[in-house]
Amino acid sequence: MEGRQEAGKENKPSSISVDPQGDSSLQVEISDAVSERDKVKFTVQTKSCLPHFAQTEFSVVRQHEEFIWLHDAYVENEEYAGLIIPPAPPRPDFEASREKLQKLGEGDSSITREEFAKMKQELEAEYLAIFKKTVAMHEVFLQRLAAHPTLRRDHNFFVFLEYGQDLSVRGKNRKELLGGFLRNIVKSADEALITSMSGLKEVDDFFEHERTFLLEYHTRIRDACLRADRVMQSHKCLADDYIPISAALSSLGTQEVNQLKTSFFKLAELFERLRKLEGRVASDEDLKLSDMLRYYMRDSQAAKDLLYRRLRALADYENANKALDKARTRNREVRTAESNQQLCCRRFERLSDSAKQGKPHGSATPATGQPTLPGSPLLPPPPQSSWISSPAVCPPSVRTSSSWQSWSSNTLRPAPSFSGTPLSRSRGSLRAATACSGDF
Amino acid sequence: MESKSISAPVIFDRSREEIEEEANGDVFDIEIGVSDPEKVGDGMNAYMAYRVTTKTSLSMFSKSEFSVKRRFSDFLGLHSKLASKYLHVGYIVPPAPEKSIVGMTKVKVGKEDSSSTEFVEKRRAALERYLQRTVKHPTLLQDPDLRQFLESSELPRAVNTQALSGAGILRMVNKAADAVNKMTIKMNESDAWFEEKQQQFENLDQQLRKLHASVEALVCHRKELSANTAAFAKSAAMLGNSEDHTALSRALSQLAEVEEKIDQLHQEQAFADFYMFSELLSDYIRLIAAVKGVFDHRMKCWQKWEDAQITLLKKRETEAKMMVANKPDKIQQAKNEIREWEAKVQQGERDFEQISKTIRKEVGRFEAKRVKDFKTVIIKYLESLVQTQQQLIKYWEAFLPEAKAIA
Repeated sequence: MEGRQEAGKENKPSSISVDPQGDSSLQVEISDAVSERDKVKFTVQTKSCLPHFAQTEFSVVRQHEEFIWLHDAYVENEEYAGLIIPPAPPRPDFEASREKLQKLGEGDSSITREEFAKMKQELEAEYLAIFKKTVAMHEVFLQRLAAHPTLRRDHNFFVFLEYGQDLSVRGKNRKELLGGFLRNIVKSADEALITSMSGLKEVDDFFEHERTFLLEYHTRIRDACLRADRVMQSHKCLADDYIPISAALSSLGTQEVNQLKTSFFKLAELFERLRKLEGRVASDEDLKLSDMLRYYMRDSQAAKDLLYRRLRALADYENANKALDKARTRNREVRTAESNQQLCCRRFERLSDSAKQGKPHGSATPATGQPTLPGSPLLPPPPQSSWISSPAVCPPSVRTSSSWQSWSSNTLRPAPSFSGTPLSRSRGSLRAATACSGDF
Repeated sequence: MESKSISAPVIFDRSREEIEEEANGDVFDIEIGVSDPEKVGDGMNAYMAYRVTTKTSLSMFSKSEFSVKRRFSDFLGLHSKLASKYLHVGYIVPPAPEKSIVGMTKVKVGKEDSSSTEFVEKRRAALERYLQRTVKHPTLLQDPDLRQFLESSELPRAVNTQALSGAGILRMVNKAADAVNKMTIKMNESDAWFEEKQQQFENLDQQLRKLHASVEALVCHRKELSANTAAFAKSAAMLGNSEDHTALSRALSQLAEVEEKIDQLHQEQAFADFYMFSELLSDYIRLIAAVKGVFDHRMKCWQKWEDAQITLLKKRETEAKMMVANKPDKIQQAKNEIREWEAKVQQGERDFEQISKTIRKEVGRFEAKRVKDFKTVIIKYLESLVQTQQQLIKYWEAFLPEAKAIA
């Protein structure tokens, strides 16, 4: 436990930083972003001394769809099936903000000019905040890819970073969106089926534990994230409420002739200041609490995806075994069945390994059983890859409230099950424990 | 804030009566409390009985401290009696709290949920404020009906206050007729003071209504914030439960506790927002309606006087005609009528002057009271805001070491 904490402590984030363990041979950042009508154009700047690249410093302009393309390319790549793929950044969504601006524009004539100006200012600040957030999330996505020893070597990644022209990745049209949607449904149905299949036993306690933990954690964090969002919304509404109150009070003040005049004016001033403070608190809450929860929610989803892939591989492996048995009894097509089975077994083992490497959660319990099936080759030692603790998500906003600052900089340490480099001393036991499923 | 000195030079030319009234400083040694709402009876005939407690050292009351049980319709009955006696002569009678069929039905049906308890509390507070305002009025305090209301243990049931009764419908018809009349009266205002004051009250009314609407939105959103904070506290607690890292888990459950306490704070603040700020505004909106009513009565009084003058003129013309036509008995009748109408004209003039004088005094008193009221409530409200913020700071500062201890 301590080792993990130490590894986590190295990162004292005060702004976005790439983990120092990921060497500085590849540094990616989004240096600029422009919002045009519906689209946001990000300028991705890369600094690298790696030999693949033609120059040491270069930048390209990318749009959101191209980020999604990159993410999908990773997900669909069989080689990375055993790794947790950093979740794709969400689409820049200015809809809500735009609607409010429109409503304000049409608005009713009863509000004074000052009120209107203030509300417009608020909305613009909101728009700006959303914009900054989306830039930050895209940047973090790229930086995690760059920091990951395996993922950073992907060819598509290089193309993404370097290719000067438009990648001409069009946004998914409706059919593809629908297809994606259906695929998700199929995936979750599949997941449910696999887990409930009586014949499929989870052969590794480690993964069983991980699985239950992850499922629970993911639902809870998603809940917390949603509710934190709602708190933030109410806070914002409250702050905005102070605008008409302040305006009404000052107009009351102007028409009073007695002692109440100064009182009303002072009160109006107070509410104006209160409004700014409350607004700041609301946006602080949003940036620190909600965003952090959202980040881990998406991460736990990515981890769940990995578990699912492994489970799928296990199911495939079992099916292959059954097919092999059947073929042997009939003494037909044994060869094809055998090779198929070997393929599945290998895939499964590989996934289990790298997944386990990525999350040294608790004490690694030695798996039951040893590779016993004839013909299955001994696995090469597990790859060195592991998921290094990721940089904290702190959009570069000014944080002056001290309690919020210290709170966020401390709790942004990710939950241990996703963090940390594997302990060196446990690597040996892990190697022994890299068993493919045992007893059949 | 307590001493009422004559304020700095004002724009309007204030009448002698107004200034006199302000400088007097109503000092009344009488305090009214409305408490212990109790449900009496069952089903649709049920009602809430409130305990009205009076503490006083005034000699006109037989005891120095006494209490009686009254129901809402009793309050309404009191108000209608006072209004019928004093409104048309220019006294600003404080309006009673409004009926609410929906709210009352819920209570009658027996729903013990938070909204009906809130409703009862809201009503109780409103009744208390109503009585306090009424007894602070020097003229109304002398009224025997008011004393009977405060003192006697049994009060004849005021049936005419029911919305759907005959009297209720009559009231509504009268109100409509009044509204029509108002539009047709064109008064020659001889006194600019009245015109200015009316305009002033009209503006004040509009502003207060706007402010009230915004404050109601504030109360609503604060209640929402409180509910959302409570929900978040729960999820934070659950999250803390599923966390394996002990320090982080503890920090999360501490966070959940802090958020719960904050939710309580928000609720209390919402109550303060409402009972202090919002109710004050709605009370004054209704009071200003009463003030406007008083001005309207003055107009009606003037109309009566004017009508009497016109009729007198007509009667004189008739007399002149009779003189020419030489019909001795008709002449006598005309002379009688003239005398009658001369008296009426004089009475009308006296009434009009009386009501004008009373209104000037009343408005002075009202304005002074208004300034005092607003100041007191604003200060109380600001204090509540300060307190909430200080508590917030305390809670978060207590949480800070927990957060730091995570690593």
